[in-house]
Amino acid sequence: MTGLAVVVGVLLAATAFGWWHRRRDGRIRSVAPTPTAAAAATLVGLGLTPGAPTLLQFSSAVCAPCRATRRVLERVSATVDGVRLLEVEAEQQLAAARELGVWRTPTVLLVDGEGRVARRVSGVPDLGELVAAVRELTAGANR
Amino acid sequence: MLLDPRAPRFAAAVTTVVLAGALLVGGTPLLVGQAVVFAITAADPRLGPYGWLYRTLVAPRLAAPTELEPAAPVRFAQLVGLLFVAVALVGQFTGLPVLALAATGAALAAAFLNATFGLCLGCLGYLTLRRLIGRPMTARVPASS
Repeated sequence: MTGLAVVVGVLLAATAFGWWHRRRDGRIRSVAPTPTAAAAATLVGLGLTPGAPTLLQFSSAVCAPCRATRRVLERVSATVDGVRLLEVEAEQQLAAARELGVWRTPTVLLVDGEGRVARRVSGVPDLGELVAAVRELTAGANR
Repeated sequence: MLLDPRAPRFAAAVTTVVLAGALLVGGTPLLVGQAVVFAITAADPRLGPYGWLYRTLVAPRLAAPTELEPAAPVRFAQLVGLLFVAVALVGQFTGLPVLALAATGAALAAAFLNATFGLCLGCLGYLTLRRLIGRPMTARVPASS
């Protein structure tokens, strides 16, 4: 009887979590503009150079959708001029992951031309949505 | 090593059924069997019994996979599953049924989420785990000094 209750409870809770996760996964979110000196230094330490918007992807070996995310980013850079791509291994950059609030892979940070994180997305982003978000960044840089 | 991504999804579905069965009938043999399957698949996903079932029974009826995925995420998920089932067995054998139920329930949740939503456990759990346990050693101060 207890076993049945556990099975039903687990399946209901897992279904609720699965729906919630699916709604958030791949969603591009705005980031509150609170650029700290530490975050800026972390981005430079990862190899980011200001001047052009950069898509910074945190990946790991144990992450199946990281490859799919990389392909989306490559198509974005083929579509939008002047956007840079940078992929880092999260497990080798734990300090940076902590500083930038990265908890899972794949996470992509959209960094504007001034080196500020403008948006972020965890999970595989939608190509069209990401292109639109990056175009906003490049438009802001040209203004 | 690259895998047909549908193979681990199928394996997760079988795992879900086995773990639910273990909870419903209180089956220690089912848990032991699942632990062995987790261990083999974690060591080499190509040797996994559920993967073999997929290749012999399911794959011939499907089109060839359009893309392949790396094996490391699968191995990580199998290791996590093995850990949960091992804890459940410790609970069974030491007279702690609550521990056994909780650990089996956690493994069931992970397998079910992987099977139905394609949720990638390594994506959610691995970095979090590394962030929590992988603190820089310099930050640790010896207690004696």
